[in-house]
Formats: sequence, C-alpha cells, structure tokens
Amino acid sequence: MKIDRRDFLKLAGIGGVVFASALTGIDRWAYGATSKARDFYFLQMSDSHWGFQGTAVNPDAAGTLKKAVAAVNGLRWKPDFIMFTGDLTHTTDDDKERRKRLAEFKGIVSALKVKNVHFMPGEHDAGLDEGAAFREAFGKTHYTFDHKGIHFIVVDNVSDPTSSIGDAQLQWLDTDLKKQRKDTPIVVFTHRPLFDLYPDWDWHTRDGAKAIDLLTPYTNVVVLYGHIHQRNDFMTGHIAHHAAQGLMYPLPAPGSQPKKAPVPWDPANPYRGLGFREVKAAVKNVQYAIAEYNVMGAKI
Amino acid sequence: MKIPNGALLFACAVVLLASSVVDLGGGGISLGQEEQVIKVVAKRFEYSPNTITVKIGVPVDLEFTSLDRLHGFNCPGLSIRTDIYPGKVNRLQFVPQKKGTFPFHCDNFCGSGHEGMTGTLLVTD
Ligand SMILES: [Cu+2]
Ligand SMILES: [Fe+2]
Repeated sequence: MKIDRRDFLKLAGIGGVVFASALTGIDRWAYGATSKARDFYFLQMSDSHWGFQGTAVNPDAAGTLKKAVAAVNGLRWKPDFIMFTGDLTHTTDDDKERRKRLAEFKGIVSALKVKNVHFMPGEHDAGLDEGAAFREAFGKTHYTFDHKGIHFIVVDNVSDPTSSIGDAQLQWLDTDLKKQRKDTPIVVFTHRPLFDLYPDWDWHTRDGAKAIDLLTPYTNVVVLYGHIHQRNDFMTGHIAHHAAQGLMYPLPAPGSQPKKAPVPWDPANPYRGLGFREVKAAVKNVQYAIAEYNVMGAKI
Repeated sequence: MKIPNGALLFACAVVLLASSVVDLGGGGISLGQEEQVIKVVAKRFEYSPNTITVKIGVPVDLEFTSLDRLHGFNCPGLSIRTDIYPGKVNRLQFVPQKKGTFPFHCDNFCGSGHEGMTGTLLVTD
C-alpha cells in the first residue's frame, strides 16, 4: 500500500504539519513508579554529502551544512540528541580523500551546541571500504541506545556493498529485539529504506524484508531513514517509515522521471527541498510528532 | 511477493517450450538453437552493451564479466538480478515473459559513477 502524506494525515485522524504515527499501544503502555519518562525532541539530519561539487545542483555546496548547523544552534529549544542518518560525505574512489571528507564533516558538525550526536554511514561513506573509514572517524556502524523509555536501533544497510544488512547483523537485531517487551517503543534508524520503495533507483534494501519481519511482532515501531533526499511516508503493516530531506541536493519523487538525477538548483527558491527534521517523542502515549525545517531553521 | 528464482523460472519455461515443440510435431526446433546467448562486459561505470535486446518467450543466457571489481545487474521490471564478480563468467538465465522496455542498474555500490551505471533491456516479439 502506498499513501501520500495527506492520506497519512487522514489515516492518523489529525491535520496540520504535524502528524503522529505508531498510535497503537496507548493504553497498554504504562510506566512504573520509577519511570523517568517524559516528552523530548530529537533531530534527524541526513545526506549532507560533504565534498559534493556541482554548481547547477548546489552552488552553496560548501555552505549548506554550515547553515544547517547554525540553524540548529539557533533553535529556541534544544533537542536531546541529533541523529545523522548517513551519506555524511559524498563518495570518492580515493581512500585518502574519503578520510579527509569525513574529518571535514566532523569538524563542521563539532560546532553543534548539542553534544549528544549519533552518526551512521550511508553507502557514499561506507560502500567502497565496508565502513572502514567511517569506523575510524565515528565508531560502530550499527548499535542501539536507549533514551527516556524509547529503544533506538541503528541498522547499517550500506557497509555491505550489496545493499544488504547481512545475516550476522540480522542475528544481532533478532537478539536485541528479544530483550524488548512487545510494546517497547522502538525507533529504527537506517540509511536506505527497508522496504522496496523503488528498486529501479536502488531505493531498497536487498534483505530489508527480513528486518521488517523481525520488527513486525513489536507494536510500537517507527523507522526513520535518509538516502532518497526527500520526505516520504510509507506503511508496511503497522510500521511507519519516514524518509527525511537531505542537506545537499533533493532527488525527484520515486519513478517520477526516467532517470534518477539531482533536482537542479532553483535560483528563485534557493535551498528548496533541503533541511532537517524534528521529532517530538511523546513517550507516554508513544506518539511522534514530526516537523520539517528548511536549511535556515524555519518550520515548513 | 518474493522475487521468483531465475533458475526455477527458466526450468518452468523450458517445460513450456518443450511441450510446444512437441505440439509442432517432429520438426520442432531444439532448445540449443533457440537460446539467446549475450555477453555483457561490466566495468566502472558502464555496461557494454548497455542496451540488450531479447525475444519474448525464448530462453536468454546473459554472460556477465567484470573488468575491475564487483558490480551487479538488477532489472526489477523482470525480477532478475545477479552479482558480477571479476575473474569469472556470471551467468543469468531467464525466459522473458512480457514485452517492454526494462531499465537495469548496478546494485553493488561501485564508486563515484555508480548511480549512472544503468542500461536498458528490450523484450521484443
Ligand atoms: Cu544513500
Ligand atoms: Fe544520499
């Protein structure tokens, strides 16, 4: 089933720029007296493609990420953490240049005032060296963390050049999930979509269905991903998948033109289609209110 | 739906073809003559040829070689794919069951030009 954003809003029974997903489990999710759970925000930033060059696509390639960092620093509220969902850098066939780009990216985002920042690779960062340079700069490519009652799982579907998660990591995911309650709020971060969004453009994960099968018994799962450089909302069963905008160049809607190619820069609308995402997690009712920002930090 | 196994599809089609050969009587054509063998060379970041034309209903044997590194061939419209390892012939056998123009692409990330490594498979009468 494919639904657009407006239909999704209707399905969720609410309107406006904010929508909620994973509404199940409202009554079943109850905290013990010792729970420290409370609402919080986090940010998703994605696909900054540091090192990309192409003035027809982004004449401010060297400035866009910095503007977004400044915009995040200027937000009135502070997110609890920031998650970068891959393609931190643009690919290069030169291992040295890859390390240089990763280091430059790291330098730029070190200006973020929020210090709780998590990273994961995209295929541009990790597809040619199975994640070696990424690991040197940022550590593990798949891991979990818990924050205020929500279990976050970072799934790496890019370090394997066949765009697969791989059996070893699927086994790790299975083991981790078995430690959770069926109604634990779970947010999964991936780079590529886990489902077949548009395989003709490589917008899928070869063994993504296996991950979805593992996640399906859990009633409160949301997947946030990047890779496609635009917002996209999709349901597989009760699991909502939300793609985020990128920070270098937008890509066309799935299958909307014969070939996948960056959307050219529009001088009348500079930075259009670029931005980052805020997710407000209402832990008690397991709701996520998602809002999108442009590069300058204005809600769109 | 699961992507059908190429080999299984091929086996089914061979059975179909064999029975139609029987229908034609003693003068039926042998499978060996019917098969379309096409060699495709992959390298960073192109296939040659990058337009492959095949006949509907006739078994196809694509023989991929790579001149440099691991590439892939994925044609979602026909639900067929294979890895293309260097140093060997990577064979993909199938029987085209529908006419049309089907794009294919490299689905093993291979470098800076990876996203432009594409081609077209034409299935004709
Ligand atoms: Cu990507
Ligand atoms: Fe990307």
